[in-house]
Amino acid sequence: MTVHRADICVAAVADAFATEDEIVASPMGWIPSIGARLARRSTSPQLMLSDGVATLTTDEGFAEAHLPYREVFHLLYSTKRHVMMGASQIDAFGNQNISCIGPFEAPKAMLIGARGAPGNTLYHRTSYWVPKQSARIFCDAVDLVCGVGNDRAKALGSRLARHHDLHRVVTNLGVFGFGPDGKMIVLSLHPGVEAEELQTASSFRLEASNAPQTRLPTAQELKWIAELDPEEKRYIEVPK
Amino acid sequence: MSRPDKCMSAHEAIAELEDGMTVGIGGWGSRRKPMALVRALLESPLKDLTIVSYGGPDVGLLARARKIKRLLYGFVSLDSIPLEPYFRAARQRGEFEALEMDEGMLWWGLYAAALNLPFLPTRAGLGSDILDHLPQVKKVRSPYADCEDLVAVPAIKLDAALIHVHRADAAGNGVILGPDPYFDKLYAQAAKHTYMSCEKVVETDQLFGEATYQSESIARINVHAVIEAPGGAGFTECPPDYGRDEALQKLYAQGAKDEAAWAAFEARFFGSQP
Repeated sequence: MTVHRADICVAAVADAFATEDEIVASPMGWIPSIGARLARRSTSPQLMLSDGVATLTTDEGFAEAHLPYREVFHLLYSTKRHVMMGASQIDAFGNQNISCIGPFEAPKAMLIGARGAPGNTLYHRTSYWVPKQSARIFCDAVDLVCGVGNDRAKALGSRLARHHDLHRVVTNLGVFGFGPDGKMIVLSLHPGVEAEELQTASSFRLEASNAPQTRLPTAQELKWIAELDPEEKRYIEVPK
Repeated sequence: MSRPDKCMSAHEAIAELEDGMTVGIGGWGSRRKPMALVRALLESPLKDLTIVSYGGPDVGLLARARKIKRLLYGFVSLDSIPLEPYFRAARQRGEFEALEMDEGMLWWGLYAAALNLPFLPTRAGLGSDILDHLPQVKKVRSPYADCEDLVAVPAIKLDAALIHVHRADAAGNGVILGPDPYFDKLYAQAAKHTYMSCEKVVETDQLFGEATYQSESIARINVHAVIEAPGGAGFTECPPDYGRDEALQKLYAQGAKDEAAWAAFEARFFGSQP
């Protein structure tokens, strides 16, 4: 079976969502959604997942609970959630922007708006998915901090930021975490990605000379990925 | 004495509003937006509105028509088309005051208004840049041992709420049959007057005939007017009654760059009155 980059990303997302806790996974995007479902099928059967509308369903599609948006906000404040959001910009400390580029009063490019990023990052575990990493996205400073990074959380103090928990950043090039100083570190590079290629896709330094390779999905996982994504939506985000 | 009959037309409803009012619009993104009421609003001379919305084409249309003085929002999106072109253009020209909140803050502000409280506290917003652009929003220190400095989300009191539901009776009771009731009930509770359009006016004994575990009821104590408007969500989705008209939404979005597309959209959107 041929393994494509998108399959490796799905398995990396599944590893990011792996947990012993009974929480709700809120993936945004195709590969995060497939990866979260793969996590439930493999390492983390206790994860709760939405059908993409407003119902938490079992792997077989049976309703477990109603989860309309207002319940998502209750859930969010309860901290029992792990969200994987997108990022139009992200810096070395994991500050994220999805709102606008340029001055807020009259932006050069208005995007979608801050959405739930400020609250998500203060209340529960947060990861990011970047399907096409570039030095414009991995930037020195974001134009408007929506998702709160580690430096900002540290400044808030351990009480206010006690639930702040930036976990993983998964991209088409590699998997990233955060070091003791709060800065992004390379956990692995996807097979075929060189340290140099990674650096050209980031404005800030990412030391990858000794980074291991991201693991390949197992044969069982590839079978599950094919079942979970029969329409091959994963290749929309990361082409073959 | 019998219960009041609150039925009126969309234009009669909008005629009750005034310039400068704060108007909340229900739905979410391009989902179950009260488009028949929004259309009547676009056809009115109303101006300088403060709009509160989990925004979709309602915001785009009102921004294009320069009806908005101030916008409270967490996002504006057409869902299948992630970025709303008219909202973007208006924001990039700095045409209205933008109060961009975390989605949860917006919920909390509406909830505070519904509970008749001046504010509700939250941690959402701390550490981010959004508070820098919300000078109205102040902080509050917890009076308890934790002494946390929290965000005091001010009550978002609405002069009027516009919502679209599936079934209603003439007395003003509504039922939402879709998978997500969004925040429509909260808008109704936070508003002085709620104008509720519906797909179909039914007898009271038929209100819950199609309800499921996902359904939500809105009581007539929170509803000022009922507007029967089949297809009243316009091209936004309104399941289980109908899905999104993606072709019309695409035409709408194309209109931002193409005059002919806008004219074609306008003819279809304003052409057939319910």
